Amino acid sequence: MTFLFFIFAALALIGGIGVVAFKNPVSSAFSMVVSFLGLAALFIQLNAFLVGVLQILVYAGAIMVLFLFIIMLLDVPQEEKKKLPFFTALGAGGIVLAFIALLVVMLSRSEVGDKTLPALEATSGPGTSDVHKIGELLFSQYWFPIQVVGILLLVATVGVVVLSKRELK
Amino acid sequence: MDWQLIIASVIKIVGFVFLTTLPLVALSVWAERRVSAAIQDRVGPNRVGPLGLLQPVADGIKFLLKEDFTPSHVRKGYFWLAPALTMVPALMTCAVLPFGSKIFGEKMVIADLDVGPLFVFAIASLTVYGIVLAGWASNSKYPFLGGVRSTSQMISYEISLGLSVVPLIMIYGDLNLGRIVQNQAEHGWALLPLWGEGLSLKGFILAIPVFISFIIFTTSMFAETNRLPFDLPECETELVAGYHTEYSSMKFALFFLGEYAAMIIGSGLAVTLFFGGWSLPFGWLTPESVDAEVPWWHGLIHIGTFFAKVIAFILFFIVVRWTLPRFRYDQLMRLGWVFFFEIALFNVVLTAILLIIFK
Repeated sequence: MTFLFFIFAALALIGGIGVVAFKNPVSSAFSMVVSFLGLAALFIQLNAFLVGVLQILVYAGAIMVLFLFIIMLLDVPQEEKKKLPFFTALGAGGIVLAFIALLVVMLSRSEVGDKTLPALEATSGPGTSDVHKIGELLFSQYWFPIQVVGILLLVATVGVVVLSKRELK
Repeated sequence: MDWQLIIASVIKIVGFVFLTTLPLVALSVWAERRVSAAIQDRVGPNRVGPLGLLQPVADGIKFLLKEDFTPSHVRKGYFWLAPALTMVPALMTCAVLPFGSKIFGEKMVIADLDVGPLFVFAIASLTVYGIVLAGWASNSKYPFLGGVRSTSQMISYEISLGLSVVPLIMIYGDLNLGRIVQNQAEHGWALLPLWGEGLSLKGFILAIPVFISFIIFTTSMFAETNRLPFDLPECETELVAGYHTEYSSMKFALFFLGEYAAMIIGSGLAVTLFFGGWSLPFGWLTPESVDAEVPWWHGLIHIGTFFAKVIAFILFFIVVRWTLPRFRYDQLMRLGWVFFFEIALFNVVLTAILLIIFK
């Protein structure tokens, strides 16, 4: 099913280009959603169902909705079309080309560039799905980082409540 | 390429989504009008066909033939995209709902994923884009307010919706909807543990958190599908018609159908999680395991059972709509964030404690 890979990779790339290319902020935010959907489909093709679904649930379904919400509420104006100064364009293009060259050189020299990394094993059945595996790893091998992240999130939540309450008084 | 899989999937998609869910959408519109009429002591649509059953056909023809008017002040591209974006996700969530056991060795679910409920929530959370874009693209006051309301409402209730399912997942230890249903068929439905292993002290005590989950789940479902008593995004008395004020003809109909499709899928998910999906009560005609062969007429009975339960749930949705008054907007947000969110979190902890006690 390689053609599916190309379809969704193209979707992700077109979305990514759209984020930068569109002048209208709502169109940009929307292209980002399209890009996320393409990415999620790529994850699912690698049998990483949980990652793919979380990509949609968290990024496309929650974070980008908030982005759109803010953009619409603040009524962010359209970017004005202005001519790019020559040296800015040259510098930006140079950085892009240098980065692509770096990637090509690195990938052609290392072994990683030659082989296809395997997809997750397509398993089904109680206790063997990727959700179970990730859950078991998180709560056995990585229990400490999980606790730390949990405390970080809690602190952030408390911070948000304190900051947003301050104005009310 | 596996042609057998593709052909079977296409038959299931056409049969379940296009030949069953969409007619069910039309029928629930009819049922809504008849039930509301009965509740308000009116007659309701009863002229077209027997009992007015052909009314949806007449409605459909009317929607198609009416002028498709696009106001000049709208943002065209998004104005056209928005109705499709409400309808498509609603139908896509059909993919993981097990609507029967097996017929001729073929599982009656379009995609047997191991992340079933998560998939439904993920795709359903995309529905909000249609409404937001409709409100924004209409480029006028009331639709915009409707879109903004809808966004904050859906984000608020998605959290309690997701959290309310966690206790069930903890009890079953599985995210595959097919196996969850099989488990309920053998050991009693989540809300009615009256047979199998469910008929024990553990089963009855675990039914308490499940019941709390059910209340939160159903109420959040009403909010997610923008149905009364939570239809603030389109409430007529304040916002004309909310986010679809500027829409006419088939584009309006798509919003309408999307709302009902979401309601049907919501009912399907509630039935699957809390009322044993396609399974008959007391373990009648229960297959031995998820992969066991089932006679074809058992399969047909299971499909019938599933849709009977879904229709009963839809009728419940309709009766609630015509019974309760609308919430005020601040009450709606308070209910979501101050009550349901906390109760759902507490429910998760309660379930964990109960599961440790009754290992």
